[in-house]
Amino acid sequence: MEDYNFAYLDEQTKRMIRRALMKAVAIPGYQVPFASREMPMPYGWGTGGVQVTAACLTPEDQLKVIDQGADDTTNAVSIRKFFQRTAGVAVTEATAEATVIQTRHRIPETPLTEGQILVYQVPIPEPLRFLEPREVETRRMHALEDYGLMHVKLYEDIAKHGEIATSYAYPVKVEGRYVMDPSPIPKFDNPKLGGNAALQLFGAGREQRIYALPPYTQVVSLDFEDHPFVASKADHPCALCGATDSYLDEVIVDDEGGRMFVCSDTDYCTGRQQAWTEDAA
Amino acid sequence: MTPLLQVKSLTKRYGPRIGCADVSFDLYPGEVMGIVGESGSGKSTLLGCLAGHMSPDEGQVIFDTATGPRDTLRMTEPERRMLSRTDWAYVHQNPRDGLRMGVSAGGNVGERLMAVGNRHYGRIRETATDWLGRVEIAADRIDDRPSAFSGGMQQRLQIARNLVTGPRLVFMDEPTGGLDVSVQARLLDLLRGLVREMGLSAIIVTHDLAVVRLLADRLMVMKSGHVIEAGLTDQVLDDPQHGYTQLLVSSVLQV
Amino acid sequence: MITVENLCKSFTLHNQGGTVIPVMEGAALHVAPGECLGLVGASGAGKSTLMRMIYGNYLAGSGRIIVGDLDVARAQPREIIALRRRTLGYVSQFLRVVPRVPTLDVVAEPLLALGVDGGAARERAAGLLSRLNIPERLWALSPTTFSGGEQQRVNIARGFAHDYPALLLDEPTASLDAANRETVLRLIEEAKGRGAAILGIFHDEGARGRVCDRLVDVTGFTPARVA
Repeated sequence: MEDYNFAYLDEQTKRMIRRALMKAVAIPGYQVPFASREMPMPYGWGTGGVQVTAACLTPEDQLKVIDQGADDTTNAVSIRKFFQRTAGVAVTEATAEATVIQTRHRIPETPLTEGQILVYQVPIPEPLRFLEPREVETRRMHALEDYGLMHVKLYEDIAKHGEIATSYAYPVKVEGRYVMDPSPIPKFDNPKLGGNAALQLFGAGREQRIYALPPYTQVVSLDFEDHPFVASKADHPCALCGATDSYLDEVIVDDEGGRMFVCSDTDYCTGRQQAWTEDAA
Repeated sequence: MTPLLQVKSLTKRYGPRIGCADVSFDLYPGEVMGIVGESGSGKSTLLGCLAGHMSPDEGQVIFDTATGPRDTLRMTEPERRMLSRTDWAYVHQNPRDGLRMGVSAGGNVGERLMAVGNRHYGRIRETATDWLGRVEIAADRIDDRPSAFSGGMQQRLQIARNLVTGPRLVFMDEPTGGLDVSVQARLLDLLRGLVREMGLSAIIVTHDLAVVRLLADRLMVMKSGHVIEAGLTDQVLDDPQHGYTQLLVSSVLQV
Repeated sequence: MITVENLCKSFTLHNQGGTVIPVMEGAALHVAPGECLGLVGASGAGKSTLMRMIYGNYLAGSGRIIVGDLDVARAQPREIIALRRRTLGYVSQFLRVVPRVPTLDVVAEPLLALGVDGGAARERAAGLLSRLNIPERLWALSPTTFSGGEQQRVNIARGFAHDYPALLLDEPTASLDAANRETVLRLIEEAKGRGAAILGIFHDEGARGRVCDRLVDVTGFTPARVA
């Protein structure tokens, strides 16, 4: 693999991305534009996350890649292999061992620690986008903290469904200043965004935006006094490991409507099952 | 009494052309002022400059804020935006420009409340319902989108959305334009009642002399960017001094 | 209460070759509280013009128009608005209202503008409309569709809704039947009784003789026209 520069991107591009990352860390929640490159995968497959990961990786890193919490889905496997080939870094499925974790739509269940970096793949970074289509106007709204519209969206939810029905990509306010889209993670994961020991970086390739939450940043999910934010999940234990505190996927098991709920975080689930087996033995 | 708004030598140019030139006036609390003139006379430019939508080249627009009179043209953009959602309101001629067409009537009315920090859904909805009633929109339409409303209803919704935070100054750009006459009459009556009850001051731009006669206490007549005549509305209309105003008044079709 | 001194006025018709038409010269009069002064003079002599100038509806050329303690000839628009709201009432020959507003509200409006509670204002309006024989079934309708006589009575009711200290009446009894004419004359007498200064134009000589304490002939203020 000597044909490639370390971690695929050339050093100038990495430098450009790192500058954007520095700015993003300095202004938590603020969307920094960057010159997103063509990557050897289609938009929507995590081109933003891959570029951020590439710019962060060092040869000593241990990389973990998850898609909806799982290490073994196509997207996760492809990206992990991509970095194995182009950076030669060690890979792992264990959350605790990883130094860099690229994720699509989840935050791992195992609490992250200082020194770890969590890289999110972001499809649409602008939380105001579906309410205000004009980019010029949304940027002005961020600049002027003109966020009444964000609550209009939640108001509409309650008016229509009797409760805030937004269940993923639930908007948050960062350090009392910028309203941010946390990428399409379930709102169950929202409480983990704030006060997290790890550095959280967000990359949107097609939209060419990078933003960040430095460790221990204050992150508040938007809500109403009489309709407070609730980090909800399916009301079941995991069918495999019995966990009651983890986010669950619903799996259809037959064509008679049979279904089961299992942890979406495969590493967490496997770890619990192993511990259980070891205890039994 | 301190004027609510003091406008001094306001001038706006579009390159070599004049938008409006050397406009000065005072507006006192509770006063309604009309600005009339034909298309291109500069009345909309003037309104845009007053409301902070355009930046004039010269002059001052001094508003009596909660902390005393301040030149709004020298305010920072966030300060001006705050003012425009607390103390000011702007009613567009076309309700589509002033409403969020994809958001329910209740959401439209509630937006300003949420923008100034209201975070109690129940109270926001209660206030929105109350305001829909005040502009004669049935409470059961609260979750309908404005696209399902008639033109007159849309305009009344826009007024509710603007007045919900109890502004002190309302800018109106041809508020009854594009509505048929019977709907216009109802809207005029509504506006008069609200102006009286809330002690609002208003600046109304229109080319309809009948509208200003019924709504405005005072009148400014503009031509080619200049104010050529100003005074009590009925005095300007019944005893116009300037040749252009005389022409304007005598050109109105009698019904 | 109302004092006019050396008042002059001319109209300039800019769109008709700048023709200047002088219409009044050296007009002077005084109306004391509790007094009714009648303006007389041939049609076109300037009775209505003088009255409109006192109301601020026509701009004075020169001279002074003192109503209460305000010089209308020099006052700011907002001062005239305040004067009209509290002090100076005017019953014109024409009713001008927002279409579709109920008659009761039209009559109550001067009181509402003064901040009188809606219920009390409408009660007062209802009392006046009854006295002026406007049938109650019409109160909820807009007066725009009423007959000339009915409109005139609504206009009078509106003019008498608030107890103005000064009143201008332009032909208040014209086009009224005997019973309504009697009511209007009583209203005027009552206003005088509470101390209002009234300036009126009455073509109806009987009415004039009954309510007017003095007469002023405006022909004396008509400028000699240059033929």
